[in-house]
Amino acid sequence: MNLRANSARMKGDPRILRSGRGSLGAADRLGRALGWFSIGLGLVQLLAPRQMTRSLGMQGQEGLVRAYGAREVASGVLSLSVDRSMGLQSRLLGDAADVAMLLAALRRDNPKRDNVMLALAMVAGVTVLDVVASQALKARHGRERAQPVPRSVTPHRGDRSGFPQGLARARGAARDFVVPPDFRSSPRPV
Amino acid sequence: MRALVWHGKEDIRCDTVSDPTIEDPRDAIIKVTACAICGSDLHLFHNLIPAMKPGDIMGHETMGEVVEVGSAAQGALKKGDRIVVPFTINCGSCEQCRRGNFSVCETTNRNKEMADKVFGHAGAGLFGYSALTGAYPGGQAEYLRVPFADQTHIKVPDGLTDEQVLFLSDILPTGWQAAVACDIEPEDTVAIWGCGPVGQMAIRSAVLLGAKQVIAIDRLPERLGMAAAGGAITLNFEEDNVIERLNELTGGKGPQKCIDAVGLESHVSLAQPDTLLDRAKQVVMLENDRPHVLREMIYVCRPAGILSIPGVYSGLIDKVPMGLIMNKGLTIRTGQTHVKRWTDDLLRRIQEGQIDPSFVITHSVGLQDGPEMYNVFRNKQDGCIKVVLKP
Ligand SMILES: NC(=O)c1ccc[n+]([C@@H]2O[C@H](COP(=O)([O-])OP(=O)(O)OC[C@H]3O[C@@H](n4cnc5c(N)ncnc54)[C@H](O)[C@@H]3O)[C@@H](O)[C@H]2O)c1
Ligand SMILES: [Zn+2]
Ligand SMILES: [Zn+2]
Repeated sequence: MNLRANSARMKGDPRILRSGRGSLGAADRLGRALGWFSIGLGLVQLLAPRQMTRSLGMQGQEGLVRAYGAREVASGVLSLSVDRSMGLQSRLLGDAADVAMLLAALRRDNPKRDNVMLALAMVAGVTVLDVVASQALKARHGRERAQPVPRSVTPHRGDRSGFPQGLARARGAARDFVVPPDFRSSPRPV
Repeated sequence: MRALVWHGKEDIRCDTVSDPTIEDPRDAIIKVTACAICGSDLHLFHNLIPAMKPGDIMGHETMGEVVEVGSAAQGALKKGDRIVVPFTINCGSCEQCRRGNFSVCETTNRNKEMADKVFGHAGAGLFGYSALTGAYPGGQAEYLRVPFADQTHIKVPDGLTDEQVLFLSDILPTGWQAAVACDIEPEDTVAIWGCGPVGQMAIRSAVLLGAKQVIAIDRLPERLGMAAAGGAITLNFEEDNVIERLNELTGGKGPQKCIDAVGLESHVSLAQPDTLLDRAKQVVMLENDRPHVLREMIYVCRPAGILSIPGVYSGLIDKVPMGLIMNKGLTIRTGQTHVKRWTDDLLRRIQEGQIDPSFVITHSVGLQDGPEMYNVFRNKQDGCIKVVLKP
């Protein structure tokens, strides 16, 4: 990675010697990994729904599986975007929908019941990861951040008006400023 | 040296990199004493500005002490000088620079040929801001090479702290230029969307320039609080109907002057359904920017009024009513800031105590904490409004 980054530099520009602490956290990486998983699974469901319906004893429901695949891809794209938390939320909704679909396929007369059980177990496992990622993302990126914030070396003192002589004196204090001709727009009323 | 390096979307790291050296006689090298994270850096963090490359050093709000001077810059600078570095690199002698249009300097963009193809005619070189503006390494680092340093600097007089002058590099002149572009008259209402650092500086500038009333719009209580401290009437767009309130406050006529200090990442929410559609289009690359604020300003602005747009837009936008702009006779002024054009005057106002831009700083941390502060600033956590890094 750094090799590629360095070879693209202009002559003279600083090159990376060693990579250090970064802005991406474990929660982000897990969220992104789940996003890629969503896209992979979604593409299989979209492109080869028959394989899935056959192995789960759900023949005839290819349309439903395709729709699920489209939803999966959308959640995946969202989980890779900066709106990752929303992506994970939509994955959790998807997990619930997956469980509902599989429970419906868990009929006694389904010869592929064992496969359905296995699939349910897998969905349960992924759901745990989704919950973990979703909570970790909230702790890291939610407005009420649970993780500590780097501490200021020099805390701010003083007022927040920005006007050392007070607001009242500030109003119009720069009326002496002459707006340059190219920044004039409205003709003054005569 | 250590520097904050862009590795990809949301991936900025505090890396160890090789030191910059003098490459051209007009260069200088500074030891950075303070630098800041800007709202524009968030657009880069989100990979919404085209042509960032892994390995690019971030940062365009920088100041420090001169440690090396190229032979051609020696008349203007010497070792030990304290300077603030304008984010728009300017040569000082091309046709645009001579007119004071420093942000579209014709000389300083190292990638002019490529950028001309994209822009038709490209603008100046900028620090830490993608290949289209010259791919210059930025100032969130321990050292910075300043090209065209004989022109691209503001000397800091004794007696002023780093915090008081650092924002001459960008946000103070940016807020100021946005207000100056409004050509403010004493009876004017100036409405300002966005109470981030740029909005805050625009509010102070509009107050100083003597607007009758300044109305500031955001949704974050701490930012609205700071806007009110600076003399603005505040509207929370999650609670108030912005259009209705602006009309009420202007006798039904709408504000004469509107400033967009939000830019391409307008807040996405169900309450503003157009932003959901914009966001979806942005994800699938059907649209670059989310122009909700532009739509709102165009609609509410008084006919023959001015739209001043310091907020950054990167490319294509949809559903912006040109018909309203035309029929209402609105004037649009925008651009990257011609920093040096305003800084002598602003420096004097700081010295005279008319304004002290350090009010906006909420966090001041070491460089190694920089990557995490991108998250804190982006997520609006811990009341964060402006982050200063001290390498
Ligand atoms: N023209 C220039 O030279 C120049 C220089 C510096 C920054 N900028 C640009 O100015 C913009 C603001 O910069 P900043 O540092 O203040 O960034 P910021 O991200 O801190 O501030 C943006 C503010 O806009 C608010 N906002 C979002 N949607 C809104 C809406 N619909 N209505 C009202 N407010 C809304 C946000 O809550 C936030 O407080 C950015 O686009 C930045 O790139 C331009
Ligand atoms: Zn900036
Ligand atoms: Zn020039």
